Amino acid sequence: MVPLHWYLTLSAAVFMIGMFGFLTRRNIIIMFMSLELMLNAVNISLVSFSHYLQDMRGHILVFFVITVAAAEAAIGLAIIITLFRNKQTAHVDEMNEMKG
Amino acid sequence: MLQQLFFGYYAFIIIGLSLLVVTRKNPGHSVMWMLLLFFHIAGLYLFLNAEFIAAIQVIVYAGAILVLFLFVVLLLNLREEIALRQTVGSWPVAFFMCAILFVAVTAALGAYVQGPVGGYSIDVIQNETHAKALGKLLYTEYLFPFEIASLILLVAVVGAVVLAKRKLRS
Repeated sequence: MVPLHWYLTLSAAVFMIGMFGFLTRRNIIIMFMSLELMLNAVNISLVSFSHYLQDMRGHILVFFVITVAAAEAAIGLAIIITLFRNKQTAHVDEMNEMKG
Repeated sequence: MLQQLFFGYYAFIIIGLSLLVVTRKNPGHSVMWMLLLFFHIAGLYLFLNAEFIAAIQVIVYAGAILVLFLFVVLLLNLREEIALRQTVGSWPVAFFMCAILFVAVTAALGAYVQGPVGGYSIDVIQNETHAKALGKLLYTEYLFPFEIASLILLVAVVGAVVLAKRKLRS
């Protein structure tokens, strides 16, 4: 039997890798993928909690997280396409219109 | 023993693939590594007796979201981007912060006390099948959040069309 904290450690590791990618990469598409990575890390911990507590609520939450991730990916990628059409770049350092 | 070995394989591959995803220069390569990563996460879900979630992971994440990412990467011409500097200058600070947070979270795991278990043991799920048990709960107790999720998807569909459209006809 694999103990629960192995899963939680794996989840924390994947989350931190995703956060590191989000903080350091400057390509907006890869930043977006890091976001998906973080959502997946949370899903791993929810499913493992659900399994060890013998409850279905974690699975329901994962279901909703995946729904929101799909919606977020559609909107975010549409924004990226619009940005690229206006600026010809996916580099976030070039996008500073709202700096005031 | 075999279970630990399986988990070790999955954990090792998942961490290695997520490192590859955030460090590749070319976003197209990142998407491909991420595809492999999502399949491994689906395998981990199967390992946790969540077969419906594993199927959703493959269908929605690997099948829909990643294809969307791939379309965008292929649509945008990123050739000049790849030659540019890919990371911020102060990435060691970010690495340090993430490492500290990871150590803090894993240290806090020792204080975890498991609560009382619920009614969905493996035998119950096996008798009822996972999809059926999940569906029953989703359509009775969680009907309202389910409807809100459908509204979110509707907003996403409309929003994506409005945003990606070249010019709105007025």
